Amino acid sequence: MGVEQKLGNMGVVTTTLEDVVNWSRTNAMWPMLFGLACCAIEMMAAQASSYDMSRFGMELMRASPRQSDLMIVAGRVSKKMGPVLRRLYDQMPEPKWVIAMGDCASCGGVFNNYAIYQGVDEIVPVDVFVAGCPPRPEALIHGVLTLHEKVKADRFIANAAEKK
Amino acid sequence: MEKSLEPIVKVLQEKFGATFEEFRGEVQCMVKPEHIIEALTTLRDAHHFELLSMLSAIDYFPQTSPRFHVIYQLNSLEKNLTLQLRVPVEGESPKLPTSTGVFKTGLWREREVFDMFGIEFEAHPDPRRILNPDEIEGHPLRRDFPLGYEEPQFSFNYEEIDLGKPYAKE
Repeated sequence: MGVEQKLGNMGVVTTTLEDVVNWSRTNAMWPMLFGLACCAIEMMAAQASSYDMSRFGMELMRASPRQSDLMIVAGRVSKKMGPVLRRLYDQMPEPKWVIAMGDCASCGGVFNNYAIYQGVDEIVPVDVFVAGCPPRPEALIHGVLTLHEKVKADRFIANAAEKK
Repeated sequence: MEKSLEPIVKVLQEKFGATFEEFRGEVQCMVKPEHIIEALTTLRDAHHFELLSMLSAIDYFPQTSPRFHVIYQLNSLEKNLTLQLRVPVEGESPKLPTSTGVFKTGLWREREVFDMFGIEFEAHPDPRRILNPDEIEGHPLRRDFPLGYEEPQFSFNYEEIDLGKPYAKE
């Protein structure tokens, strides 16, 4: 006869604010459509019915940055596209996360030349890198789940208190 | 050379003083920059070469005269023929008359040649870069443009390359 059983009969759960907020953030994280090149096909495959990403909360991909909180950079980013990417990242509201999907977004991939950014983390801060050329849909889902773990471990109240 | 191509090449030789080379059935005619627009117009109107399928350039860098060859590949769909015209140009920023009056497709192709090689086309309706960002200096497909690659990061040089990379902090 512990506290949990008594509370459980009444339909009450005790937890911390951080846990609840992080849980809700992971369970409804909407990605932004940012498929640039071949990795976009695997992103579409991950969203489609065989490897369903909706079971992890990413029911729909929003095309507008104002309504999304995850940016999956799928594909190579050229020097001409860089400022556009940065502008879209700035338009996303906090809290926001970035997954660099594929080799080209992580490190430039096979393209080591004057026109392609060697890794999208030269422009935006990246949380999870997913390797592969292109990564299989299961690999992308593994990256998404790693991001969920990172979000669940985020002590944002403690960080805010420290900053003060 | 195809039988039906011979009279056309002869016309080019007589009218414009063009020299030609042949390799495995494909013909390349060297034409001077002054005559190129007239040659294109003649080929399009009198000889039914309606399609300009390629407009590009080659840089022969250590050799400076001529430094570039601008290449026009013309196709005739009626007669099933292809003909290549090459214009040797020299100098650091050579100029050529624009072919948009003759073939509309020259619009974007000449922008690409300008962007990649620095060859300017006079009287072009829209002379700006097409593939690279507007701010870059230089023309990437020239032979003396630096390769612009980053050293591969192995474990022995990890820190020194890491210091050189511009990371976005926030």
